[in-house]
Amino acid sequence: MAQVTLNQVRKVYPNGAEALEPSTFTIPDGELCVLVGPSGCGKSTMLRMVAGLEDITEGEISIGDRIVNDIDPADRNIAMVFQNYALYPHMTVARNMGYGLKNRGMDKGQIAAKVREAAEMLNLTEFLDRRPSQLSGGQRQRVAMGRAIVREPDLFLFDEPLSNLDAKLRNQMRIEIRALQRRLGTTAMYVTHDQVEAMTMADRIIVLSNGHIEQIGTPNEIYEHPASTFVASFMGAPPMNLLEADAAQGRVTLKNGEVVPQASVNGHAGAVTVGIRPEDIMPSPQGDLTLDVDIIEELGAQRLLHGQMGGQAFSVAVPKDQEASTGEMRLALKPNAVHLFDADQGRRLG
Amino acid sequence: MKRAAFGHIGFPILLLLPQLVIIAIFFYWPAAYAVQSSFYAQDMFGFTSTFVGLENYTRLAGATNYVNALNFTVIFTVLVTFFSLTIALLLAVKADKVIRGAKTYRTLLMWVYAIAPPVAGLIGVMLFDQSRGNLTQFLASFGYEFRLGVNYWDTASAMIAVSVWKQIPVNFIFFLSGLQAIPRSVREAALIDNRSGTSRFWDITFPLLAPTGFFLLIINITYSLFDTFGIIDTLVKSEPGNNPLTLVYRVYVDGFRGGDLGGSSAQSVVLMILVLILTIVQFRFLERRIHYT
Amino acid sequence: MADITDTNVHTTTSATTRRPKRIRWDHIGDHAVLIAGALLMLVPVYMVFATSSWDAITVHREGMQFGFGDQLVENYNAALLEYGGFTDSVNGLTMLGNSLILGLGFAIGKIIVGMMAAYAIVYFRLKFATLAFWMIFTTLLLPLEVRILPSYEVISWMNLGNTYTGLIVPLIASATATFFFRQFFRSIPEELIEAARIDGAGPVKFFIDILVPLSKTMIAAMFIIMFVFGWNQYLWPTLITTDESLFTLVRGIRQIVQSYADGSETPDYGQAAALAIIAMTPPVLIVVFFQNWFVKGLTESDK
Repeated sequence: MAQVTLNQVRKVYPNGAEALEPSTFTIPDGELCVLVGPSGCGKSTMLRMVAGLEDITEGEISIGDRIVNDIDPADRNIAMVFQNYALYPHMTVARNMGYGLKNRGMDKGQIAAKVREAAEMLNLTEFLDRRPSQLSGGQRQRVAMGRAIVREPDLFLFDEPLSNLDAKLRNQMRIEIRALQRRLGTTAMYVTHDQVEAMTMADRIIVLSNGHIEQIGTPNEIYEHPASTFVASFMGAPPMNLLEADAAQGRVTLKNGEVVPQASVNGHAGAVTVGIRPEDIMPSPQGDLTLDVDIIEELGAQRLLHGQMGGQAFSVAVPKDQEASTGEMRLALKPNAVHLFDADQGRRLG
Repeated sequence: MKRAAFGHIGFPILLLLPQLVIIAIFFYWPAAYAVQSSFYAQDMFGFTSTFVGLENYTRLAGATNYVNALNFTVIFTVLVTFFSLTIALLLAVKADKVIRGAKTYRTLLMWVYAIAPPVAGLIGVMLFDQSRGNLTQFLASFGYEFRLGVNYWDTASAMIAVSVWKQIPVNFIFFLSGLQAIPRSVREAALIDNRSGTSRFWDITFPLLAPTGFFLLIINITYSLFDTFGIIDTLVKSEPGNNPLTLVYRVYVDGFRGGDLGGSSAQSVVLMILVLILTIVQFRFLERRIHYT
Repeated sequence: MADITDTNVHTTTSATTRRPKRIRWDHIGDHAVLIAGALLMLVPVYMVFATSSWDAITVHREGMQFGFGDQLVENYNAALLEYGGFTDSVNGLTMLGNSLILGLGFAIGKIIVGMMAAYAIVYFRLKFATLAFWMIFTTLLLPLEVRILPSYEVISWMNLGNTYTGLIVPLIASATATFFFRQFFRSIPEELIEAARIDGAGPVKFFIDILVPLSKTMIAAMFIIMFVFGWNQYLWPTLITTDESLFTLVRGIRQIVQSYADGSETPDYGQAAALAIIAMTPPVLIVVFFQNWFVKGLTESDK
């Protein structure tokens, strides 16, 4: 068991490209921390540096109270689950799971016992003598998990482990991985580009964009108080509506002249970005804002109304029992619905 | 190189060492030696050699037998490449089409790959022999007197025929695997868009085979230049005489029979340049053009 | 069987509605072309085989034969065991042995050297890996035939003429196997080495535990191609072995042809044909029996 600390860790590739700006954070012992962001944001690089598969350009990484910068991956006492599982195709499930232990010089009986225990936990007992090619995607995923568990590592590293599974299996494995991690109490870093995975699994989320940490926080903090327009639009589905607006004399005015209620600008003046989540606004004849609805998307439990607000794209989510039609409609905000960002940097205001 | 490559230094050098030592001694040294010798003239006994600059090269340009060999090599290469490619393509297209017996046909059409060129040459000698060759007798029944080793173009035809025969299997294997690599969906789309099998072949299959074809073109030119040595040597019964000879055979004849180290080396260098040009053409023009045709 | 019964039932119950089966002329054409091609490949070799069962006089008079004679056993016996048919001090069996040594030595040597070099190039962070790569791959450009005379000089200078080393090692000095394994190693997913490193495998363990078992098919394919290539070598053995006890079968073919050229006495055509058959049988059998591996190796090595 261990906490993970990154201290001013930076990654620059030999060609000069900066994959990761100097980053500092700590993952407390036993937490599951999700690194999320679009592809190329540096999340995998960060994970691979923790694993020791990628050199660290600057800074220090420690696992527990040990600085691991110069320690071989095999000696960091970590376990990693890969997107394509990276199972050894010529070895049986049992040998795949036991290979790391064998390399540590553990004796055969002990390896067999540990493998059996892990296989039971993952419902793999009947597959122990099969080759990976004889297994389904979900079973392979479990073997990869088993390989990680038998090592009894200080830290689990997951590199998009669910991307190769179909949607149904993904939901199921998401819950299984989360439950397993809770049960074992092992610290985990989990890389994904899927914000739903991030929101549902994480104790703590790190949102990355272009090699830069945008925000660190619990799923709730990230959802309620996105630190930037990037986080606001990346986390949450359907994404937050972002509207260009002007702040003057303590009021925020949209391009069509409508004043956004709830917006307190604290003396800020000039161009701002207003963020409103589609689920934080509802149709109301007395509403302050006007939406011109073009398209209605039926999602079953709810429907999405897409249209224009003051010439800018805007979406509203309404419950399924609420009637909707195209054309103009009035909207009212739910409490605490408005997020304000400065227009240049996209940073949160107030 | 892999992202997570090992960082060791000594071990990979150890791994590379056998390969590097072998190519240093048996490739770079001889190649450098050839380049160097091509600027020197040796006396008859090989005791002394004098620097003669480009004389060995200028001598080549003026030597009739070298120019003849050059001309013949061009004709030989063009014909062998053309015939072995077209025959193999025809067979591959048919073998790709049939359902029944496809595997058997593949076996029957590729096994000759394993026959050594001089063994193929020996078969040629027995078939084209001037007095008792079966094909000679067959041609005689049409009133043509085929004279292997006597008539220049008769000998040349025999060389080309045997070389084509020996090369069909390789081309067939590559064309067939190229055809089988064409996605099923593409064929089915073509089937819906075009009802004529012939124009489907020229519009869809042939362009998609182009990468294989260009690759094979280079392979066949290299084959005609170098790997036909055994065929030619057996067909001329190791007696060059006035027979048609390729450039590689000339290198051998002048170097080993004529003892002309400088001249033979100059020929080697010319061949090296030729192969280099061929390779550059392959990488520069063909590779780029064929990728998305 | 099920098909036939079905069809019968079908014809009896609804014979009137059944359309006559169309003869697919294009299918017949396809098979005709393929059969012609197969015969083109087969007949010349069949004739050699048939001829190998005849006495010298018949062949001398009539050329190669289509039918079988009564000298089959005698000819193969003589070709394999008798000394001094075409050569003075070796029989076919010795040449067969030498061919095997050349084929196996070349194939195994090349695979080992090539795999090691490819492993170093693909799986290590070496400063001069690119340089080594180009040094090795330049050798693909120039076949041995181009630099034959200087290679011969180097071998003589090293006193390696008439040795197996001199026969085999210079042939290994081309990077086909290295290139092939490099391509294959590069196609192996990155994550495999990463998983192995986390599992505590060092360079030697990774090579033996993971890479070699994964390459089994590729090694087999390469072995077949290289064995045939080595077995069929002609020019280099011709130059480097003057001592008959080192002659390979393919080298021995040259002696046959020369006795043809001499014309001093009637050459033993039957025996010559038998020797030719012996020389082609092992590589042909390997290629035919392992053709899936062979085709895979051939078509994937050059991509």
